[in-house]
Amino acid sequence: MEADITLRVNRETRWLTVDTRTTLLDALRDRLGVTGPKKGCDHGQCGACTILLGGRRVNSCLALAVQHDGGEITTVEGLADGPDLHPLQRSFVRHDGFQCGYCTPGQLCSAVGMLAEARAGWPSAVTADQEGPVGPGPVALSEAEIKERMSGNLCRCGAYAAIVPAIAEVAR
Amino acid sequence: MKPFDYRRAQDVSGAVALLSADPQAAFLGGGTNLVDHLRLGVVAPGLLVDVSRLPLDRIEPLEDGGVRVGATVRNSDLAADPLIRERYPVLSQALLAGASGQLRNLATTGGNLLQRTRCVYFQDVSTPCNKRAPGSGCAALHGYQRYHAILGGSPECVATHPSDMAVAMAALDARVLVRGPGGERGLALTDLHRLPGDEPWRDTVLAHAELITAVDLPPLPAGARTRYRKVRDRASYAFALVSVAAVLVVRDGRVDDVRIALGGVAPKPWRAVVAERALRGGPATEANFRRAAEAELAAARPLDGNAFKVPLARNTLVATLRELAGGTPR
Ligand SMILES: Cc1cc2nc3c(=O)[nH]c(=O)nc-3n(C[C@H](O)[C@H](O)[C@H](O)COP(=O)(O)OP(=O)(O)OC[C@H]3O[C@@H](n4cnc5c(N)ncnc54)[C@H](O)[C@@H]3O)c2cc1C
Ligand code: SF4
Ligand code: FES
Ligand code: FES
Repeated sequence: MEADITLRVNRETRWLTVDTRTTLLDALRDRLGVTGPKKGCDHGQCGACTILLGGRRVNSCLALAVQHDGGEITTVEGLADGPDLHPLQRSFVRHDGFQCGYCTPGQLCSAVGMLAEARAGWPSAVTADQEGPVGPGPVALSEAEIKERMSGNLCRCGAYAAIVPAIAEVAR
Repeated sequence: MKPFDYRRAQDVSGAVALLSADPQAAFLGGGTNLVDHLRLGVVAPGLLVDVSRLPLDRIEPLEDGGVRVGATVRNSDLAADPLIRERYPVLSQALLAGASGQLRNLATTGGNLLQRTRCVYFQDVSTPCNKRAPGSGCAALHGYQRYHAILGGSPECVATHPSDMAVAMAALDARVLVRGPGGERGLALTDLHRLPGDEPWRDTVLAHAELITAVDLPPLPAGARTRYRKVRDRASYAFALVSVAAVLVVRDGRVDDVRIALGGVAPKPWRAVVAERALRGGPATEANFRRAAEAELAAARPLDGNAFKVPLARNTLVATLRELAGGTPR
């Protein structure tokens, strides 16, 4: 069954007709030619498909396109400001935060969402396990915090040793 | 994947009416479990009724000092909510111990409660599974059992309920509010999920078209300390082998009040009533914690592949209570 939907993808309005079974990931990649988000597992287990939806990081492989009609989407293609790479992109380049690069678009979108969450004072399992008063205000991102908060993004090449410092530099 | 129709529910009664009219329809929350199951062929509804945009997305204080959590509140918002972090740290901890940041941003309260087992055979349509295909057998009885139950299973099914959030809510004496074709009802969270018995395909006591609208958390007793501890195969982004949610009040060295729920060990969030009874009124000592844990686990019937969970559950429970009995209250 088909549905007409509108998506705002990287600040551009796109109209399309999708089968109701289509995920955001497939709509982006196969219908709109936005191939930054990658299909690693298609089951929510790897994070390669991570996009920002309404500013929040989500797995696009588990989101039905029809459910997010009207949604505001940013993929890795939309992170840069014209020719100027996003600070996280620059930091990943500087730190060599990848090998094959397959997980990188998801890592970058996830990190953008994660930094916003920490700025908004959202706790993580690391924060929440600490004793004492908890409270509003931005969370300082230790290495342990970054690892916990980025655990939804797997890297098959094991580039974590460079990914974590790349994010930490921007988080400071 | 079988084709399906999609409708966005406008209000609660409309959502219930759409499902009442169609026995093949299903509610859609964040989709993080249901979309996976559609793709795997575990379920094949003809109509999805999207309830994720219903105005049930609020976290509100109740007059009795408790908190009402709407069914469409996202797991990430619930975990970060100041009221929840202040009054029920165990719930925030449980949510943050589950899934990933991306998944929690999509997942809803209602969907989290009604997520289905992660039993590998349930998810693999080429294998026998009484829960997915009634009467086909249970592949787990002679298969991979690491994530399966040691308490509450039946010869028909030994799957565990995978939710961390539900374990914390069970320890908090939460109540689930439900709207169905016949009106509204409330039930204890511990009565929502059922043991498999000889009907393992029925995960819960809810009837078709019953919509979860909210979860009510009653106030905790004064001086209560709470904690969620989760043991798993990797440090993050993995389901529980064993988890413990505990609420403890110690006064003058004695256990004044205690509530314990175990996760990863049973087909439902397992309220450890035997341990609670053994603890109440007694000295808050490690020896007593151990005796209580052992009393609870005396009913355990482990499988060959998960016998390790009996000592693991015992030790995790003892460690959690020991931590709560020491230190400063929170
Ligand atoms: C890789 C991965 C790892 C995960 N790890 C964990 C973990 O460690 N711990 C954990 O607890 N969870 C974990 N999860 C599961 C996750 O928490 C659930 O998928 C999520 O909570 C389901 O919520 P949802 O809103 O997306 O539900 P949906 O997928 O939308 O729905 C789930 C079920 O609930 C029904 N439903 C939804 N809302 C309602 C309602 N209001 N009333 C009645 N019925 C309703 C649907 O019909 C469906 O049957 C993991 C998931 C993945 C993919
Ligand atoms: S344990 Fe339950 S869910 Fe798993 S295969 Fe057996 S019947 Fe199916
Ligand atoms: S492709 Fe979506 S999480 Fe792996
Ligand atoms: S760089 Fe290859 S998967 Fe991460």
